[in-house]
Amino acid sequence: MAKTIVVTSGKGGVGKTTSTAALGAALAQRGEKVAVVDFDVGLRNLDLVMGAERRVVFDLINVVQGDAKLPQALIRDKRCDNLFLLPASQTRDKDNLTAEGVEKVMDELRKDFDWIVCDSPAGIERGATLAMRHADVAVVVTNPEVSSVRDSDRIIGLLDSKTAKAENGERIEKHLLLTRYDPNRANRGDMLKVEDVLEILSIPLLGIIPESLEVLRASNLGTPVTMSDNNSAPSIAYSNAAKRLCGEDVPMSIPGEKRGLFGKFFNRRAA
Amino acid sequence: MSLFSFFQKRNTAPAARERLQILLAHERTNGEHSDLVNLLREEIIQVIARHVKVDGEKVAVKMDKGDQFSTLEVDIELPADLERKKAA
Repeated sequence: MAKTIVVTSGKGGVGKTTSTAALGAALAQRGEKVAVVDFDVGLRNLDLVMGAERRVVFDLINVVQGDAKLPQALIRDKRCDNLFLLPASQTRDKDNLTAEGVEKVMDELRKDFDWIVCDSPAGIERGATLAMRHADVAVVVTNPEVSSVRDSDRIIGLLDSKTAKAENGERIEKHLLLTRYDPNRANRGDMLKVEDVLEILSIPLLGIIPESLEVLRASNLGTPVTMSDNNSAPSIAYSNAAKRLCGEDVPMSIPGEKRGLFGKFFNRRAA
Repeated sequence: MSLFSFFQKRNTAPAARERLQILLAHERTNGEHSDLVNLLREEIIQVIARHVKVDGEKVAVKMDKGDQFSTLEVDIELPADLERKKAA
């Protein structure tokens, strides 16, 4: 039975695409058959973060409009055989993305995959509501920062009212993925703590991704961060989040919290 | 600069937390009520329009949610030549 995830946030630039790629790759590395789907028509970037930007031939809108068959548009990852990308259209008008068309594509994907991970565009317009429409699970990506938390709250409201599950009177599973977290700044009282964000948004925590150079390095190379360096802090954090999505009970840890005296001193100086 | 900030303790996270809690408490309840206010506005306009010609733009309905009670403020601007229109 396929599970459909939407990675969403309301606010832009908090790490939706990075998280989609990292979670999708981590699930695929566990042997699950995964499709990551870019819903950001006109501003697609999942292809770039996945390192497949030069292999895009057909896209989601081509499939919705019947110009291409789904298998033609799916791009198989070169590093992992059971990971596929369905890119968004970069040039077509986003009005071509219809509710019925998306539903058809999602139904077809469900037959063939274990997981479908939808990368939502920022905002609360049609692209975002279509991306969340057919989800079983929502991963709400939030930075420990006031505007991101506010927008996440808004998105949670939409998840509870605008999704197919909500309209059928069911509850959509919602998880918080806290990204760009800096435990040192949080401990100094200069950044919202994990507990603060959890208390305000009151949805269960899926993972804490530390602010890390490794995320930028991975995207520079077009590699999902979970595929670039298995031992880096964000890679471990994303892999653990993927395990939790599969129902595994992994203890939650705040990555990178342990720091030597020198590290503390250096960090303070650098700040 | 770093030495200054070391001594000058100014934790900003508690302020962020407090501001968010107040704002979201407001936005969450307003979300529920924005529909109600719109509904009331439409129906109030309909009732008045039965008797007086009224410009929809000139009807303002505001809801203010307080701890003990909420108030509904209705501000309707009627045309100066009210009587004549009413008679017509």
